[in-house]
Amino acid sequence: MAGITLDRVTKVFGAVKAVDGVSLEVGDGEFLVLVGPSGCGKSTLLRLLAGLEDVTGGTITIGDRDVTDLAPRSRDIAMVFQSYALYPHMTVRQNLGYGLRARKTPKNEIARRVGEVAELLGLADLLDRRPAHLSGGQRQRVAMGRAIVRQPQAFLLDEPLSNLDAKLRVGMRASLAQLHQRLGVTTVYVTHDQTEAMTLGQRVAVMRDGHILQCDSPSELYAHPNDLFIAAFIGSPAMNLVEAFPDGDTIRFGQFTLPAPRAPRQERVVLGIRPETFGIGNPALPTIDVRVEVVEDLGSEAHVFFHVDAPPITAEVLESASEEVLLGADRALFTARVDAGAAPAVGATVALGVDVERFHYFDADSGARLTGEPMAALAGAQS
Amino acid sequence: MKPRQLGWDALGIAVFVVMVFPVFWMISTAFKPNDLIVSLTPTWIPLHPTFDHFTDAIHRPYFWTDVKNSLIIVCVTVALSIALAFLAAIALARFGFAGRKLFVVLVIGIQMLPQAGLIIPLYVVLARYHQVNTLTGVIVTYMTFVLPFSVWTLRGFLLGIPKELEEAAMVDGSTRVGVFLKILLPLMGPGLVATSVFAFITTWNEYIFARILLNDQSKQTVTVWLSYFYSTNRHTDWGALMAASTLTAVPVVVFFLLVQRRIAFGLTSGAVRG
Repeated sequence: MAGITLDRVTKVFGAVKAVDGVSLEVGDGEFLVLVGPSGCGKSTLLRLLAGLEDVTGGTITIGDRDVTDLAPRSRDIAMVFQSYALYPHMTVRQNLGYGLRARKTPKNEIARRVGEVAELLGLADLLDRRPAHLSGGQRQRVAMGRAIVRQPQAFLLDEPLSNLDAKLRVGMRASLAQLHQRLGVTTVYVTHDQTEAMTLGQRVAVMRDGHILQCDSPSELYAHPNDLFIAAFIGSPAMNLVEAFPDGDTIRFGQFTLPAPRAPRQERVVLGIRPETFGIGNPALPTIDVRVEVVEDLGSEAHVFFHVDAPPITAEVLESASEEVLLGADRALFTARVDAGAAPAVGATVALGVDVERFHYFDADSGARLTGEPMAALAGAQS
Repeated sequence: MKPRQLGWDALGIAVFVVMVFPVFWMISTAFKPNDLIVSLTPTWIPLHPTFDHFTDAIHRPYFWTDVKNSLIIVCVTVALSIALAFLAAIALARFGFAGRKLFVVLVIGIQMLPQAGLIIPLYVVLARYHQVNTLTGVIVTYMTFVLPFSVWTLRGFLLGIPKELEEAAMVDGSTRVGVFLKILLPLMGPGLVATSVFAFITTWNEYIFARILLNDQSKQTVTVWLSYFYSTNRHTDWGALMAASTLTAVPVVVFFLLVQRRIAFGLTSGAVRG
C-alpha cells in the first residue's frame, strides 16, 4: 500500500484541456472519491493514474516511486472498469488469476489467493463459469475480485456501480465500504453520483472543467462548500439557490425579506439555503409565507416545493437543472424538508420557519463562497 | 396461413430451387453413365451410379499438378493476407494516426473498381518483374484484392472487442504482446476464421487472373485446368467434366463445413454489460 501524489498534472486532448494542473494527495489507505459532472475530467485523471493515458505535464508518484512515465503494468495498481472488462473467453477462476499469471506467480500461490478472494466475495460456486453466465452483480464482484487478488498498491475504481440497478447499487456500496475497511488499500473512486461520493469517500474531490474545486471530508463539503457549483452539486435534495440583495441586517430574495445578521456587504449575492434549514412550527425562527406547489411524502420526511419570484440560479451550474423546467422555468422552485407529520396540503399557504444562521452566500459573478463574518467584523469596525 | 405469407414461401422455394438445381445437376451428371447423359429423357438420379468419370477426370494430364498449384497459391495467399491484415486492422482499429480515415475509405473504395480494368495494367507490371507465368505473380495479384477485404472485415471484428479488455489486461500486468496473445488473439478467433473462409473461397474459385497470368499447363490452377477440359475434345465429355467440377468444389465445401461452427457464434458476449 502507498499514498498517491499528483503534482500539477495536465492532460490535453487536441485543443481540450481535460485535466488542468491538478495537484492532489491521497493518503496511504485513504478512500478518496473524485466526483463531478460528465466531461469534468475525473475519468481522465483516473486513467492518467493508471497509465492508460500519458500526462501532458506534471508528475505522478505512487508510494515513493515516480510512475509518471511507467507503463500500466509497472505501476502496481489495480483498476475496476465501469464495464467490468471481464475477459469473456476465460472462466471466473482464470479472470481472477490473470493478473497473477501475468506476473509469473507460482501456481499454488495463485490457486490459494484466488480461493481466498472467491470466498471473500462469495464467488466460490461460480469459479468455473464464464462471464456471459453471470448476473450484473456477480460480474461486478468478479471485477472487484480481480483487483483485490493482486494485492496492489492502490485500487482505481471507475464508476464501478453505475451499471447496477438501484437496489443492488446500494448493497454493493455498503460492501465496498466494508471491503475498504477490511483491506485498507488506498482507493481512488470515480463517480458522477454525489450520494455515492458522500457515502463512500473519506475525502471527496469535486471536479469541474479539469480542475479540483474542493477536496474535503463529506461533512465539510456539505457544511462549507467553497463554490456555488459544489453547493448545487452536493446534497440531495439540492441546495436552494436564488439571487438575493442584502440590505443592512436584512436580505431580500424574490418576494421575501428575512433578517440576515451575517450577510456580506454586497449589493447582490447568491443565497443558498439547504432544504433542512426550513422548518414548520418552531416559534424561535423568522418565517416566510409560502404557497405549497407540490408535496413529496417519503414517509420519514416530506419535501415541500414552493415558488420564489426570482429567476432560478441552477442555469449553467448543473446539467440536471433541465429536469426542473416543468414547473415554471422563470421562477425558482425551492425545496423544504420537513417532518412527514407536519407536511402541509398542496395549495395551502404555510408559514415556513427559516434558520437564517445557516444561510450560505456566494459571489454572484465568480460563484466563490462569501463568508459573512469578516464582512460583519469590518462593519463593526466602521461604526 | 395468410395468402401473403404463402406467396413469400413460394418465392423462397423458387429461389432455393434455382440456386440448388445446377449444383444438383452437376453432381447427378457426374455419376451417370454416358448413355443417360446424352439421352433425351432426363434422368434425375442415376439408379446405377458410376465412378468412371471421376477416375477419368483425375487421370487427365496435369490434374494433380494443377491441384497442387491451386493449394500452394491458396494457402500462401490466405496465410499471408490474414497475418498482414490482422496487424493492419489492429493499427486501424486501435491506434490514431494522421490519414487513418482516408486510409480506411481507400481500402474499401478501391475494391469498387472493376477487376477487368486492372488486368492489363497488372499484367504489364508483373511482366516487367518477370512474374508472369509464375505462382508468385498470381499470389501477389490475389493479395491485391484479398488483403484489403481482410483488413476491412478484421477491423470490424476488432471494433467489436471492447478496448477496456486490453486496458484491463495491461493494468493487470500484461505487455502489449501479452495482450495480443492472451486477449486479442483468442477473441478474434471467429473473425479470423470467417475472413480466412472468404479468402479461401475467393482464391480457390478465381479464374480470370489465373487464366491470363498462367500460360504453362504445368503452372495452372485447377479452375483453369477445368476450362481446358471443355475444349480439348471434339465432343465434350460431359460426365468427366461434371465429375471434375464436383471434385473442384469439394475442398471449398469441406473447408466451410469444418469451420462454420466457429463462425456462427461470437465469443465476446459477457465481456461487458448486456
